[in-house]
Amino acid sequence: MSPETPSLLQVTGLVKRFGGFRALDGLRFHLNAGEILGLVGPNGSGKTTCINVISGLYAPDGGEIRLGGQSIGGLPSHRLVHAGINRTFQIPKPFLTMTVLQNVEVSVAYGGHGQEGLDPHYFLKLLDLESHAKQPAAELNSAQQKLLDLARALATKPRVLLVDELAAGLNPAELEKIAAKLKELARSGMAILVVEHLMGFIDQVTDRVVVMNAGKEIFEGVLADAIRNPRVVEVFLGQDDAA
Amino acid sequence: MRDVLLILVPLVAAFALLPFVYSNHLLLFNFIIFIVLAQGVNVIYGFTGYLPFGYVGFFGAGAYGFSLMVLHLQAPPLLAIVVGAAAALALALVLTPLFRLSGAYFSIANLAASLAVLQVVANPNLENYTRGPYGISLSGIFNPPLAYATAVAILAMTLFAVIFLRNSKFGLALQAIREDAISASMAGINVVRERVIAWLLSALIAGLAGSVFAWYASVFYPETVFSGEFTIFAIVFALFGGTATLVGPILGVIILYGIYNAVGISTPQYFQLIYGALIIGLVLFLPNGLVSLLRRWGIDVP
Repeated sequence: MSPETPSLLQVTGLVKRFGGFRALDGLRFHLNAGEILGLVGPNGSGKTTCINVISGLYAPDGGEIRLGGQSIGGLPSHRLVHAGINRTFQIPKPFLTMTVLQNVEVSVAYGGHGQEGLDPHYFLKLLDLESHAKQPAAELNSAQQKLLDLARALATKPRVLLVDELAAGLNPAELEKIAAKLKELARSGMAILVVEHLMGFIDQVTDRVVVMNAGKEIFEGVLADAIRNPRVVEVFLGQDDAA
Repeated sequence: MRDVLLILVPLVAAFALLPFVYSNHLLLFNFIIFIVLAQGVNVIYGFTGYLPFGYVGFFGAGAYGFSLMVLHLQAPPLLAIVVGAAAALALALVLTPLFRLSGAYFSIANLAASLAVLQVVANPNLENYTRGPYGISLSGIFNPPLAYATAVAILAMTLFAVIFLRNSKFGLALQAIREDAISASMAGINVVRERVIAWLLSALIAGLAGSVFAWYASVFYPETVFSGEFTIFAIVFALFGGTATLVGPILGVIILYGIYNAVGISTPQYFQLIYGALIIGLVLFLPNGLVSLLRRWGIDVP
């Protein structure tokens, strides 16, 4: 990556502390437009914290986040959404008493692109939710709520999409579909960061992975190389007995 | 538009015409005040989920803002109402940091704030400014018919505001915030700003009600216009009917305040029994208010 063409999202030296615990401890990675990057690592390695900091839920305690060259670390979430960042949640958080359609409508209206004639129904159709449009979101099952979460995020036309454990709880057919959708979105130029435990899913959708441990990246490259990397094997499986 | 024609216009017309056929104008006036206050609670609680136990503070601020303008500056009543509303808005702005609290903590802090304002207003050392605990007398501007007409206008404005909230993107954003503030911010909503706007609107409604109450009553004590009973009644009426709807708070006031006036004043002990039973029944079986019962029967309630 030459300095003249910076990545769409550039994270350098990112630190997030909770009391004395450094959940992110100098994390560094980049994400290009049109690319799907997998963020993997053992539980507690800081993957979700990373998404929470980039999406403005927590302010970073150090380091820098740049979107298209602009420093965006510490901005409130709604401004990040307007700048072109959005996300899904590990546990979906739809507006339960509102209808499925209203969930997406409010996102279209406030996502910063409301006047450009975006049709909420487009996003419902995209994620197979159109037949539930008039139902309250509370009546959806958890897999559908995850898709609604994704629809809400897509309705703001993000340039960077952060996907936190979307695959968990989906059946194989749904997984196949969602993988195809993510790839399609990436082909349209969206940069996508996927946090996931299902390695099959990671293998299927990602172009590249970053492996995290204890708040830092320890590997960056393709998944096939990651599983042969001794440090990666060590954090996932523990140290060799002989060592 | 349908709501304006089917609910706002008939209700406002009824309150405008009833004085010609029904002689207890004070009772009609009180109905208006409670519908306005219940809708004010509806704006902040129904649409954002913050329950204001100190809501009467804005009512009292409106009453005193109005009265002090009349007493010290001999302002005409309609101008004084604007100042009363501004006083309520100013108090609401001062209290915005309370939104750092949530749930019961917000409610209790809001209650404490309204008591603090009462204590300041009723302070004997401020007698030259607020008449302290000795109360306000505005006999010079006493004009019940005009005050009543103004109250009807305030009722119309309040109902219109709630109709707007129910049918606008802003109202949808407020409901999204109430459901999940984090998801709302990821929908691009400026949660802090929208919530404060709803808070100011709610305070404005109470400030207008307080101003016109002061004008209509003309003689009152600090305890009258800062009475916790206003808050409790407004909250109970709104919850009984059903919040985040237009009709709910209106139904709540008509039924509960109706019962209060039918039996509450002549035989308070029965009134309290009926009231207690109604509220317990509501909490147990209809936590979302009367309108949820109608919805269950398939009737779409605005």
